[in-house]
Amino acid sequence: MSMDRRKFLKAAGLTTLVGLGGKGLFELLKPGAVEAEMAEEGHGHHEEGEKNAGPKVRLAMLIDVMALNKEKIEKIVHTCHYLHNVPNWGDPKNEIKWIWEDEYEHVFTDSYNEYNHILEGLPFLLMCNHCDNPPCVRVCPVQATFKRPDGIVAQDYHRCIGCRFCMAACPYGSRSFNWLDPRVHLKIEMAEGRKLNKRFPTRMRGVVEKCNFCVERLAEGKQPGCVEAAPDVMFFGNLADPNSNVRKILRERISLRRKLELGTRPSVFYLI
Amino acid sequence: MIEKALKGSSLYWGWIIFLLCLIGAGFMAYLYQLKVGLGITGMSRDISWGVYIAQFTYFVGVAAGGVMVVIPKYLHHYTKYAKIVVFGEFLAIAAVVMCLLFIVVDIGQPMRMLNVLLHPTPHSMLFYDMIVLNGYLLLNIICGYNTLLADKKGVPCPGWVKPFIYISIPWAISIHTVTAFLYAGLPGRHFWLTAIMAPRFLASAFAAGPALLIMILLFVRKVTKFDPGMDAIQTLAKTVCYAMIANLFFMGCEFFTAFYSQIPGHMHTLEYLFEGLDGYGNLVPFMRAAIVIGLFGIFLLLVPPIRRNTKWLAVAAASIFLSTWIDKGVGLVIGGFIPNPFDTITEYHPTFPEITIAAAIWGVGGLIVTILYKVAISVREEQARV
Repeated sequence: MSMDRRKFLKAAGLTTLVGLGGKGLFELLKPGAVEAEMAEEGHGHHEEGEKNAGPKVRLAMLIDVMALNKEKIEKIVHTCHYLHNVPNWGDPKNEIKWIWEDEYEHVFTDSYNEYNHILEGLPFLLMCNHCDNPPCVRVCPVQATFKRPDGIVAQDYHRCIGCRFCMAACPYGSRSFNWLDPRVHLKIEMAEGRKLNKRFPTRMRGVVEKCNFCVERLAEGKQPGCVEAAPDVMFFGNLADPNSNVRKILRERISLRRKLELGTRPSVFYLI
Repeated sequence: MIEKALKGSSLYWGWIIFLLCLIGAGFMAYLYQLKVGLGITGMSRDISWGVYIAQFTYFVGVAAGGVMVVIPKYLHHYTKYAKIVVFGEFLAIAAVVMCLLFIVVDIGQPMRMLNVLLHPTPHSMLFYDMIVLNGYLLLNIICGYNTLLADKKGVPCPGWVKPFIYISIPWAISIHTVTAFLYAGLPGRHFWLTAIMAPRFLASAFAAGPALLIMILLFVRKVTKFDPGMDAIQTLAKTVCYAMIANLFFMGCEFFTAFYSQIPGHMHTLEYLFEGLDGYGNLVPFMRAAIVIGLFGIFLLLVPPIRRNTKWLAVAAASIFLSTWIDKGVGLVIGGFIPNPFDTITEYHPTFPEITIAAAIWGVGGLIVTILYKVAISVREEQARV
C-alpha cells in the first residue's frame, strides 16, 4: 500500500465534501471563500504568501438549543454512540462519551450569568469543538490527534500511546480515555440486546477517543449521525464559505461558542 | 567497580531483598494493569493523571536538585563538595530512571511508546521532555562514572568529561523547566496556567533534591566509614533553606494573584486544596500540613545552632522533603484537574495496585541509589585507607 491510513482519510474527507448539504465541490472552492473566511476571523493568521494557497474548508456544527428537547437529545446521543460503538459503562469513572447533555452553568463556566433566565435551564449538547486552534493537537507527542485540511480534529486510535496529554489540554472536557477494554463491555451490552455497528471499528483499551464529526460518514457522502438524527436541531457545513447553510443561519441567529477567551476558535456553535 | 556492590553486610543484603520484594509486588500489579487497563487505578475521565504523573513530576525535581552540588563544585571550585558531587549525580540517575518508569506505567499503550521517536513532534512539550530526561540520564552516567573512576585510580578526571559536566548544569535546569511547561501551557487549566510554574518548580527542586541528599549522606556517615564532611552537609543545608524560602515565596505569589484579583478560576483550585470547595476537601489536611511542615523545616535550618545539630538537621531535611512532596508530588497535579472543565468536582482516590506500582518504582530508585552509593562509598573507604 503506497498510501497510509492518514493520507487516505485526508483525501477521502476532502473529495467527499462534494456530498455535503447538496453542495458541489466547485461551490466550496468558489473564489473569495478563503479570503472571506480570513477577513471574518480577523486574527491576522493569514500570510501574504498563502493568498493562492488553495481552498479552505472549515467544517462546523450548529446546535439549535431552542429546538432541543429530551426526546431529541436521547435520539442524538443514542445515534452517535451506536454509530461509533461507544460503550455505555454506566459509571463516571470509566465513562466514554462523544456527545452528551449538560446545563448552561457547566457549559459556559467562565461567562456564566446567573441572571440570564433565558439560557438557564436550557439543554446544551456537548461534543468535541473541532477547534481551529486545537490545544490537543499541539500537545500530542505522536500526532495521533491531528487537524485535517477540512478542519476536523481527528484521532488515530492506532497511533495513540495513551499518555492523556490531550485530555489535560482540552479545555472542553471533550475527550475520553478507554480505562478498561471497551470490547469486553460491548460484548456484555450485546448480550443484553445492544447492536454493534460493523461499519465502524471498536477501540482497544488504553487509547483516547472523541467525536470525529463522522468522518467515516462524510467519506460516504452522508451527513453526520447527529444531523441525520435531528435535522431541525443540528446543522453541519462549511464555515469558510460565506454562502454555506451554516453561514446563512449564523447571519440570522444569535450564536454562542464555548470559552472563546482561550483562543481555541471552536467550530461548534449554540444557536439561541 | 560495580563488583563492590556485591560485597556487603547482612543489613545491606536485607535492604536489597526488601527493595526487590517491593519491586516484585509492583511488577505483579503492573502485569495486572497491563492486562486489565489503567481502569485499575483511581484515575477517571475527570482526573486523567494521578499518582504516576505526580510522582514523575516530583522526581524530575529531585533529579534536577543534584545540580546544586555540581554548580558549587565546578563553577565555584568549592572543594568541600569534591567528595560528594558524585553522590549528587548518582541520586540524579536514580531519580531520572524513576521518572522514566513513572511515564511508562502511566501510558495506556506502552508497547507503542517508540511512536514518540517514530513521529517526532516538536510542538509537543512531551517530545522535549523525552529528549531532556534521557539526555540528563546519559550526562549523569558519563559524569558520575568517570569522576568516580578517576577518584578510584587517584588521577584527575579526564579532560573530555569536563564539557559534559558543564553541559549538565543548564541541562538540569532544562529538565525541570520543560516539565513545568507540560503544565504551564495548557489553556483552561487555571491552576497550572502560570508563568511562575517553572521558577517555582526549580525552587522546590533545589530544596527537595539536596534535602534528600542530606538525609542519605547523614545516614551514610552513620553506617559507613566514609565521612562526606560536615561542612559540605552544612552548606547543602543552607542551599535547601534558601531554595525552600524561594519556593514558599513563589507559592505566596500564586495566592496573591488569585485572591487579590478575585478571579474565580484562579481561586478555585487553591480553595479546593487549602480550605475545601463545594464540600470537597480530601487534600486539605495534607496541603495545610505541607505548609506547616515546610515552615517548620525552614525554621530549623535558619537557626544556626539547630542546623548544626545533626539530629535536628535530619528532621529539617525530612520536613522539607515531605513538604515539597505533598505540594508537588500530590497537590500540584491532582489540583490541576479540580474543578474539571465543567466547574464540577470529581475527587481522586488512588487504588491499592496503583500505589503498589508507584511503591515499586520508589523501590527501583532506592535500589539504584543503594547500589551506586555502595560502589561510591567503597571507593571512598579505600581512598581513606590508602
